[in-house]
Amino acid sequence: MLDVKAGDEQSFTLLLHRYRRPLINFLYRMVRNREQAEDLAQEVFIRVYRAREDYIPSAKFTTWLFRIATNLALNSVRDNRYQRMEISLDAPVTVDAEDGEEKALDVTEQHPNIEQHLVDEARRKMIRHAIDKLPEKQRAAVLLHKYQELDYGEISKILQCSESALKSLLFRAYETLRVELAPLVAQQARQ
Amino acid sequence: MSCSRMEKKILGYVDGRLKESERLEMEKHLTTCAACRVRVNEFRAVNVLLDELPAIEPSAAFDIRMQARVAAEPVKQSWWAWFAPSPRVVLAAAMLLLAMVWLGSRGSYTDPLSAADIDKINQNMPVLENYDVISDFAPLSELPPPVQADDASDTSSNQTM
Repeated sequence: MLDVKAGDEQSFTLLLHRYRRPLINFLYRMVRNREQAEDLAQEVFIRVYRAREDYIPSAKFTTWLFRIATNLALNSVRDNRYQRMEISLDAPVTVDAEDGEEKALDVTEQHPNIEQHLVDEARRKMIRHAIDKLPEKQRAAVLLHKYQELDYGEISKILQCSESALKSLLFRAYETLRVELAPLVAQQARQ
Repeated sequence: MSCSRMEKKILGYVDGRLKESERLEMEKHLTTCAACRVRVNEFRAVNVLLDELPAIEPSAAFDIRMQARVAAEPVKQSWWAWFAPSPRVVLAAAMLLLAMVWLGSRGSYTDPLSAADIDKINQNMPVLENYDVISDFAPLSELPPPVQADDASDTSSNQTM
């Protein structure tokens, strides 16, 4: 980032290639829409680019990056909440695609073992819904902890809370997931 | 260690993020507390389940759109850049300086006053001094304004009548 600050455009491209995938995945798991996640990721990178000259390396770059991303994602989730309520109940029967976009149910051609595919898909759907049901801040904490593997110090800076508060937040989130996913958890614990 | 104290540390234990002393304390507690052992196993199971969600790849259009957005960003000029001289300004300043030096080297030639001119000035000096005194003479400002020529002709006609 210091090279980007010094005006090295090539370094910005390197940053982009290094962090775009984790950032898009984080945002996708926050907003549950691929297109929106990519739009938000672009906004994050543009903000980083605009602020490059004012960048002070007081914290890790990932902390700064995910703090911008988390704020944008939380705003977006709050804006979308009311829009989702307006989705028509008359919509055709579809199944959630892996990328979260609605897609017509047509898996027979691609999956010879359709029964196993449907079971796996149902599991993933259950897990996704359990994560979606978490309060936004808990969801962000779980995603940063589980998928970005950031340490408690970094996550607490991103979410602007103390480490102790973060540990409580994560504990409550995992407790909720444990209850929501009880059938799968029992199945998994037996293995 | 009580179960309530342990709660916050379960996740750290499952992740392997506890300090060595905390880990040992936790394991000691787990040997005596069945409920916490179950909780630890269930948290591990949740952790494994979360791994089942696949990651997505950025779309092919992402990089292209990103490059276009960065290219469209205006070039930010720093405040100090204002002081950086442009070639045109430097050229104009140099030309101006040369012109001033050239004009300065020509010098300013003025004819000295002749003796006749000095005599003439000395002769006119009393008139100039009197004018200065009269122009600033306060009582003169209290005099009535001078009579207009038309009024004067009207007065003379009235007298003849």
